[in-house]
Amino acid sequence: MTNLKINGVSRSVDVPADMPLLWVLRDVLGLTGTKFGCGIAQCGACTVHMDGDAVRSCVLPVGSIGERQITTIEGVGTTPAGASVQKAWLDVEVVQCGYCQSGQIMSASALLRTTPHPNDADIDAAMAGNICRCGTYARIREAIKTAAQAFQGRSQ
Amino acid sequence: MTNVGVERLNPGLARMVTRRAFLEASLSVGGALLVGFHVPSADAAAKETGVFAPNAFIRIDRQGKITLIMPQVEMGQGVYTAVAMILAEELDAAFEQVVLEAAPPNDKLYGNPTFGLQVTGNSNSIRAFWMPLRKAAAGARAMLVEAASQIWKVNSAGIRTDSSMAIHDASGRRLAYAGLIDRAHGLAAPQNPILKDPKDFKLIGKPLKRLDTPDKVNGKVVYGIDVMPPGVKFATIAACPVFGGKVGHVDDSKAKNLPGVRQVVVLDDFVSVVGDHMWAAKQGLAGLDITWSEGSNAAISSADVWKQIRAASQQEGAVAKNVGDAAKGLSEGVLHEAVYELPFLAHAPMEPLNCTVHVTPTSCEVWVGIQVLSRAQAVAAKITGLPLDKVTVHNHLIGGGFGRRLEVDFVEKAVLIAKQVDGPVKVVWTREEDIQHDIYRPVYLDRLSASVSNGRIAGWKHRITGSAIIARWLPPAFQKGIDIDAIDSGADMPYDIANLRVEYVRDEPPAVPTGFWRGVGPNNNVFAIESFMDELAKKSNKDPVAFRRDLLGTAPRLKAALELAAEKAGWGSPLPARMGRGVAVQTAFGSFIATVAQAEVDEHGDVRVHRIVSAVDTGIVVNPDTVIAQLQGGLVYGLTAALYGNISIAKGRVQQSNFHDYRMLRINEMPQIEVHLIKSGEAPGGIGETGTTAAPPALGNALFAATGIRLRRLPIDRDVLSGRKPA
Repeated sequence: MTNLKINGVSRSVDVPADMPLLWVLRDVLGLTGTKFGCGIAQCGACTVHMDGDAVRSCVLPVGSIGERQITTIEGVGTTPAGASVQKAWLDVEVVQCGYCQSGQIMSASALLRTTPHPNDADIDAAMAGNICRCGTYARIREAIKTAAQAFQGRSQ
Repeated sequence: MTNVGVERLNPGLARMVTRRAFLEASLSVGGALLVGFHVPSADAAAKETGVFAPNAFIRIDRQGKITLIMPQVEMGQGVYTAVAMILAEELDAAFEQVVLEAAPPNDKLYGNPTFGLQVTGNSNSIRAFWMPLRKAAAGARAMLVEAASQIWKVNSAGIRTDSSMAIHDASGRRLAYAGLIDRAHGLAAPQNPILKDPKDFKLIGKPLKRLDTPDKVNGKVVYGIDVMPPGVKFATIAACPVFGGKVGHVDDSKAKNLPGVRQVVVLDDFVSVVGDHMWAAKQGLAGLDITWSEGSNAAISSADVWKQIRAASQQEGAVAKNVGDAAKGLSEGVLHEAVYELPFLAHAPMEPLNCTVHVTPTSCEVWVGIQVLSRAQAVAAKITGLPLDKVTVHNHLIGGGFGRRLEVDFVEKAVLIAKQVDGPVKVVWTREEDIQHDIYRPVYLDRLSASVSNGRIAGWKHRITGSAIIARWLPPAFQKGIDIDAIDSGADMPYDIANLRVEYVRDEPPAVPTGFWRGVGPNNNVFAIESFMDELAKKSNKDPVAFRRDLLGTAPRLKAALELAAEKAGWGSPLPARMGRGVAVQTAFGSFIATVAQAEVDEHGDVRVHRIVSAVDTGIVVNPDTVIAQLQGGLVYGLTAALYGNISIAKGRVQQSNFHDYRMLRINEMPQIEVHLIKSGEAPGGIGETGTTAAPPALGNALFAATGIRLRRLPIDRDVLSGRKPA
């Protein structure tokens, strides 16, 4: 059995140690907010947080996680950065089909946690791993800046 | 202006739809299809339940809940919000309280008026449903007003409606719609209800927040890939890597012993492994030893494809349009000729193809996100041998369609697997399978000739060669050898030319299946025509904007868009070396759009797109923010194709497999995008695909301005731009 801490809850799963976290979340635990996009860490749709850092769950063997905390799109709203990002995503009306947006929001909220005032280069570096086929990038950039302002206000 | 967009394609469609009893189609003088859309009544069955359902799109219950049924599918384009706005506008429903529901498969109730079946595509949802939905909602409103007039015993003329309420100002009385429905039952729906004057619109034209997005930022939305019926198993597939090949032999001795693997399903041309989760299915598939029977396509390569289409394009084609005397016109002035070539493209929606199916001896239940709902039901019925009414299809929000989900091949495969599986099975394609077994945007070859005399085009000949997708997808609409999609925005190009001939040559590429891809036919025509116009401007020593403007006398809306885009883009102002601006205009999907791209080329041939400005006249706009979003996204989709998009074939198989070798534009490569909407009182145009067709020619023309190098093939070739390779 593998023990995981996901969104603050301990979960125990009986799966192979080399099974990527993505499929454990989606198919075993039913946390389907994290998305499958490519399976080779090229698109970012599967992004979750491990101890606050953005990681691609499609290539993260579940046996390698250990005690580290996993946060998914279902839980990120309880973090200040995550809540700011989710709100900004709606305020700016970023979303079209929405399928990549779980991953985009996870990457953006991990960015804000470490870089509360990201410039364009910071945004490029943090977000270039996340593909959006609907082409919402311009609004993603705007929403990250909007979220950063709100986040700043909240942490002061 | 009626002679635009899909409507002008409709001689073929009209013949088809007239056979359907619920549609009355006729051709207007301008060639536009006028559809008399009968709004079907659904009230009879609903009466006992206490629900007022004056038509198939609206239900109001005694608690006041107003449910709007969405005939079109939501795949990110914002159609749920726009359809809800149109219905709520004419119904005078409180918009913030409406509840949306996806329509079930039913062509008769929810068929797209243009196609006569449930299709979300060709950027036509709002164009096709604009009047039918307004009439349906206005009719329902009139019935509620009549009910209030009977209850209050006052003249209905003195009753107005607002926020789901009937109001009689003279007596100060008001009643919520919920309190009117029992009286409204049984009233006759007016045949021609009075529609609002657009100046009285309260919702239409406002940038209202989308209704589908809140659950898309918190992980709650359930796409097809997320459904979890109790006991569901997970499957993935491998089709023969060679198009048209079959399964030869499968050794599953290793795979079936892997942890979590439940079943190996071997079918005619693909193999599937079913497991406890996708990981088990994937591991199981990798563990199979499959021998394919590759068949006759195993030697096909891209070179064969191009050889064939180039040869085909030498033939005379079916005449799509013939005005004046093109041959005579071409003999006057300076003749210029060019050939443009577009590659195969995959759709690559972010949500990989998937379909969940539960087959029992007496029923079939399907969960899927698809642009052709009734076709999904029909194919499931066909494969299971069950009658249609035993096949339930749950349609889900779609994580990207782009035309890929206008096909039912992935539903068919899932049902074939499910027939052999006990209980529900979710079939998910890997990205590799998605890229290598798409139904591809076809290769196109556009051959153009024109002669220019005193700044006018004296003669114009355009021969379009490519696959006839319509012949496969909508056979009744394929008439006289003309694919109405392939010639779209070509036969009806916007310039004022007295002598013009447009031909179409059907050429089906060897082995590779072809289908609709965002931007459809206008992709090839807008790219070819707008690149060619730039070449003609250059030949004539004219400014590309001025040259076009002088030829747009019969297209005033497009001319106005061109002038606005040029102004906003700072056309003509100086730029640094190796940076250029390019312009492209288009009349496509009933919208008039001009686009200016600004791009830079470095010494290695690498391209940086700095800015794109589009000016858009799309008639009456339902939700301006959605229109802007569609332009922004469509431009990115088109830019991605122009910069990177290429599916190549070797040994009968696709060489690309995932996002590492089928590249997408990423946020760090984004230009600044500006969209300027032009106010218009004309009927709404289509918008979802317009940016995609606009970006490639605007970019190509900008690259020419930056380097003097003309690229006539996509994707752009950096070796050519750097001078390492001749153009």
